[in-house]
Amino acid sequence: MEDSRRQFLKIAGVAALGMGTVPVVKAVAASGGHGPQPHTRKGDDALSATQWGLVIDTTKMNHELVEHIVEACHKTHNVPAITADKVGEKTAIAHEIKWIWETHYHHAFTDKHSNYMSEDVEERPFLVLCNHCEEPPCTQACPTEATFKRPDGIVIMDFHRCIGCRFCMAACPYGSRSFNFRDPRPFIEETNLAFPTRSKGVVEKCNFCAERLAVGQAPACVEASEGAIVFGDLEDPNSEIREVLREHYTIRRKVTLGTGPAVYYII
Amino acid sequence: MNDKGKIIAGIIIFFAMVTSPFWYNMFMEKTPPPKVVLTAKAQAAEKCVRDTKYMKANHMQLLDEWRDTVVRKAERIYVNAEGKEFTMSLTKTCLDCHSNYTEFCERCHQYASIEPHCWDCHINNPKENN
Amino acid sequence: MLEYAIKGDKKYYGWIAVLLGLIGVGFGFYLWQLKFGLGITGLSRDVSWGFYIAQLTYMVGVAAGGVMVVLPCYLHDYKAFGRITVLGEFLAIAALIVCMLSVVVDLGQPMRVLNVILHPSPHSMLFYDMLVLNGYLLLNLIVGWNVLQAERNGTHYPMWVKPLIYLSIPFAISIHTVTAFLYCGLPGRHFWLTAILAPRFLASAFAAGPALLVILALIIRKVSDFDPGREQIQTLAKIITYALIANLFFFGCELFVAFYSNIPGHMDHIKYLFVGMHGHGVLVPWMWSSMALMVLALILLIPPITRQNESVLAVACIMLFIGAWIDKGLGLISAGFVPNPLHEVNEYLPTFPEVMITIGVYAIGALVLTILYKITIGVKEEVRA
Repeated sequence: MEDSRRQFLKIAGVAALGMGTVPVVKAVAASGGHGPQPHTRKGDDALSATQWGLVIDTTKMNHELVEHIVEACHKTHNVPAITADKVGEKTAIAHEIKWIWETHYHHAFTDKHSNYMSEDVEERPFLVLCNHCEEPPCTQACPTEATFKRPDGIVIMDFHRCIGCRFCMAACPYGSRSFNFRDPRPFIEETNLAFPTRSKGVVEKCNFCAERLAVGQAPACVEASEGAIVFGDLEDPNSEIREVLREHYTIRRKVTLGTGPAVYYII
Repeated sequence: MNDKGKIIAGIIIFFAMVTSPFWYNMFMEKTPPPKVVLTAKAQAAEKCVRDTKYMKANHMQLLDEWRDTVVRKAERIYVNAEGKEFTMSLTKTCLDCHSNYTEFCERCHQYASIEPHCWDCHINNPKENN
Repeated sequence: MLEYAIKGDKKYYGWIAVLLGLIGVGFGFYLWQLKFGLGITGLSRDVSWGFYIAQLTYMVGVAAGGVMVVLPCYLHDYKAFGRITVLGEFLAIAALIVCMLSVVVDLGQPMRVLNVILHPSPHSMLFYDMLVLNGYLLLNLIVGWNVLQAERNGTHYPMWVKPLIYLSIPFAISIHTVTAFLYCGLPGRHFWLTAILAPRFLASAFAAGPALLVILALIIRKVSDFDPGREQIQTLAKIITYALIANLFFFGCELFVAFYSNIPGHMDHIKYLFVGMHGHGVLVPWMWSSMALMVLALILLIPPITRQNESVLAVACIMLFIGAWIDKGLGLISAGFVPNPLHEVNEYLPTFPEVMITIGVYAIGALVLTILYKITIGVKEEVRA
């Protein structure tokens, strides 16, 4: 009597092992794989780089142009407009989603504060956005690699993987990231049908128009900027962007932190 | 063992409850499997990205592979075994042909009681003015 | 041993019913949050972590406090603590459950939480937090249960438990160090970017954890026949006193560095907490209360005559627990985010639904603690009978 339970377990174990091989055998049989296999590749028009970057010429900026640039980006990417008239002022500030926006010098460059500033620079609109840092603290923080640095330098979001923990938002030294505190769809005024929206519960930010670069187009902000924003490969010494950087003095935000921002500003 | 009668009765009732969906299907009017409608464009194309049998069983896996390849590998062109090329995009490729979401995708999903989260973000009516 | 948990009097079941009620209400609010999104909380684009993560930060310290009983007992042969190590370990279990639930309710996409395991990211401190929190939970479960069971059977616990006990000591230090590392490695948040953050966390943990343990021990003595022991409570009180001194001293060091160096980046966040900034100062009364509570607690804890009076000790422990909770929970997190990286000020206070969900999470922890302590008391009473 004592041995029969042990025997039963032994037989059950072997049976389970045997049955476990059935799906494996089936899979091997199915993957016949005669002839060419499906594969993927980049598009022929896709633009490539080692480190994408931007130079923003702030001397060419005015409020209308800046507004136009912000609108171009937000419209292209279905960024919701959660405004005070819809949800109240406090909530609008709390739930705001912005990929690129206008601010003042002393907000953009908090480490370059000066009591006596050039009047022109003090009044000038400055565009701030994700800097697609060379050593991003946000990708270091992400526990699922939902945000990661692509080989071409773009710091991009994988919205399918993001768990909405917002650690990347805490890590970003520039405040470039926004979180979807609610369903964004009711707040999208004009949906761009060629680009997805996001759902509630994920973090989002500028994606350097990766979907446009993939088909040979310039980022939306660059296109809308009437030449005030230049984009290109920072690692290519022959690129236009490097030419511009050689000719002008530029500054970047919070350089002492060692993040290596890829967005430069001509003052 | 004087509860034997109750225990066996309990087991039989439990078994009956657990298998009740099968009894229901056997004796009640069955819901017919859904009929999906192909758009003119889809009918003309005759073959999807992969063959119909594969797509029916595996379109979820294919979309999973597509989304990771586009976002994480930065590659957007899919070349199937016959060498035909597609842009890997749910809205721009799949729904370009199958632009009747409610009569195509939704029918089977509703029947199988599946609520994929894809549509939270991906637009399912790219050809309608919204 | 589980049968001890279902043999209770009216008061026991009444307490369980209250907890279940709170859990139900919290769960209802959580369903609302799942439907609408985290927008029902007071969180914002600028203050993206708040009340929920504050509970993680604080309770991870309380969980680490359990080691303050285990370490003297097993490493330094302070046999007196052997009476209450199980209480410390079970408290750690309940605290860790509150921690992990606090993280889950904070997630924007909780159904994807397994992504942290499916896509391991060894460069992320949250990945290690997940590992050490779960590891410490498992250790406390195995060790606590086996030690208690051995006591009930009148035997020595099995020898394989010993290495696990030793392992739990560095694990306890690690859970709180890793949680501190979540904050102190972020280059953009100057309030947190200090080497003393991890030591400060540990000091406040070793004050708050044992403080709660003292309060619970006094309650256990009142509601049961098991007396955790006057000597044990007094030793804990001494540990609490030194830890609180360290905690306040570390804070003093922070104040000196910020205000003597006069660097705005360092001073701004502390100023926001204690005097407000740009007309915003919703946390000011809270921070001063927190300091007052902790200093008063220290004044009661230092002189032996007050520390040895158990009623005064209980009051001091409660004041310390609340004061440290305000400082480490609300204060630490808000100040890290305010002012934001562009030096704008947008404040944060939790909303009613947010508080109710948190109460529900704490009620779950309290339920686990009640059941585990009921079992412990049952065993201890039986052994001593």
